[in-house]
Amino acid sequence: MPRHYRLAAQTVAVLMAIVAIALVPGVIELFALMQLTLFAAMAVLALSLAFIWGFGGILSFGQTAFFGLGGYAYAVAAINFQDSTPAILLAIVIPALFAAILGYFIFFGRISDVYLGVITLTVTLILFNSVNSTSGDAYKIGTALLGGFNGMPSVPTFNMPFDPSTVLSPEQSWWTTAGVLLAVFLMLRLLLALPAGRIIVAVRENEVRASLLGYDPRLVKCLTFILGGAIAGLAGALYVNWGAFVSPTIFSLSLSAEIIIWITVGGLGTLLGPIIGCVVIEYIVAYIGSQQLLNANLVLGAVLVIFVLLLPKGLVPTARDLVMRLIPDSKPKTNGPSVQSAAAPHAAGAE
Amino acid sequence: MAELVPLLKAEHLTMRFGGVVANDDITFTLQEMELRCLIGPNGAGKSTFFKTLTGQLVPTSGTIAFRGMPIAGKASHEIARMGIGIKTQVPNVFNGLSVRENIWLAVRRKATPRQQGPAVNAVLEMIRLTDYADSIVATLSHGQRQWVEIGMVLAAEPELILLDEPAAGMTDEETFHTAAIIREINQTRAIVVVEHDMEFIKQIAKRVTVFHQGRVLVEDTVDKVLADSRVRDVYLGKKVAA
Ligand SMILES: Nc1ncnc2c1ncn2[C@@H]1O[C@H](COP(=O)(O)OP(=O)(O)OP(=O)(O)O)[C@@H](O)[C@H]1O
Ligand SMILES: [Mg+2]
Repeated sequence: MPRHYRLAAQTVAVLMAIVAIALVPGVIELFALMQLTLFAAMAVLALSLAFIWGFGGILSFGQTAFFGLGGYAYAVAAINFQDSTPAILLAIVIPALFAAILGYFIFFGRISDVYLGVITLTVTLILFNSVNSTSGDAYKIGTALLGGFNGMPSVPTFNMPFDPSTVLSPEQSWWTTAGVLLAVFLMLRLLLALPAGRIIVAVRENEVRASLLGYDPRLVKCLTFILGGAIAGLAGALYVNWGAFVSPTIFSLSLSAEIIIWITVGGLGTLLGPIIGCVVIEYIVAYIGSQQLLNANLVLGAVLVIFVLLLPKGLVPTARDLVMRLIPDSKPKTNGPSVQSAAAPHAAGAE
Repeated sequence: MAELVPLLKAEHLTMRFGGVVANDDITFTLQEMELRCLIGPNGAGKSTFFKTLTGQLVPTSGTIAFRGMPIAGKASHEIARMGIGIKTQVPNVFNGLSVRENIWLAVRRKATPRQQGPAVNAVLEMIRLTDYADSIVATLSHGQRQWVEIGMVLAAEPELILLDEPAAGMTDEETFHTAAIIREINQTRAIVVVEHDMEFIKQIAKRVTVFHQGRVLVEDTVDKVLADSRVRDVYLGKKVAA
């Protein structure tokens, strides 16, 4: 597909997404809108891991550490300031700082990939246990009681920027959450098209080669990890805004595992796939939960196994391959040289 | 003044892996613009030597100076930025990316955005992969991937180029082309080439250093080295005689 063609198609897709986001509240019930808002918040979390794992090659088993920190940072700040504006900012900055410290030790300490998984997992467990044991009046940040395993109820939800008296309606909350999802998606797409993004992918492809060309893989991975932490933190704020509540389960390992399932189902190495995977899986989980017939974890496990065996690439890459096969003109670059070059005089390509 | 400092000087360089001494007290000097061949039987320590020069390994002892600046123990990317480029023995390319993007990643460290396009095209032309510019590297043949890696090294325009078995897996015609490219880039840059193919060595070599069991066995002009009986002995019937 020629470049300007593709750009036009993408612009149309984005415009359609904006229109859909705008119109949804008029079409569906409040309950369904709330559910969609939750899915959109979770999809932002999905994007955070989709980015660092699919493009940065960093498989974190503890992406919920940043999600949870973001959620708690938002809750504590919103209660103290009684204004969501600085709270949202802190929900991004604090997890990013935490990711910077953690990333520094992991990547500059040259810790191997296996230990990266172990460390991120352990850190999440530590956070879960620490926050879990903050019951009692002693654990207070400003005016915010952390509440231990009971969590923090009645957290102020989003208000208009710098206008705490105007709290967002559920419709406005949906527009905000879905708008953030779209914005994060577009920002990542843009980043990946820029030189910085190409370098991130290059480091994923071959760290040794990247360093032999003068790129510092430790720094590149650390920055990728920090951006992933910041996005996960923002997702945490969106999540707390949705429920006006946060508890230590936000750090849960089962949620960390679920993100990995979303991405596997939707397609590793894409941004759209994990969003779709997240929404589909969360919808199934919610549906099963309301039916009480099957165990949701059992079904999730089965879905994962089926995908790994039958559609290992995930939904979006498989669909893309299908489209490429159906439209011969749109042959992807992966299919090698064009016809004209195959007739070129040199002996190459005879693999 | 600058002429007095060699481009590269390694002194008493030793690299041990447990009990294995891969490099044993090596002293090696390379002048600006020099073209040197490094030969020696399998396991002689040639690749290990290259790895210590490029920061992939930290030498057990000894010093390495690049234009007088110590580089032993520095990180690979720092050494690369100082101007040393390497094509490794086991190909290191960005398999999932297109040929063009591989080359671009090497070009963009030095070139301004405006220069990048033409610079990439020039390298593609030189490595004769223009028609494959948009192919994903993983889909190419082994020989073509070697070219991609050589292209990346050239594209980065280093002051010193290290090539570890650049002609491995290439056809005779491709090997010939590689030799031509090496002679051409040697007009402006210093190069060290590790090769087993003696025909190839004869095509390009001026001075040859022979490694044997981690040590420098001989260092001389190509004719003298190939006539040396010790060199024949360590190669035991390898293509030296040809
Ligand atoms: N990472 C390592 N750990 C242990 N031993 C190693 C390591 N790398 C190399 N060696 C050993 O060091 C010695 C020199 O290896 P090196 O790869 O440098 O030889 P070479 O001259 O490049 O050989 P070839 O011509 O086969 O490429 C060999 O005995 C090898 O087994
Ligand atoms: Mg070797």
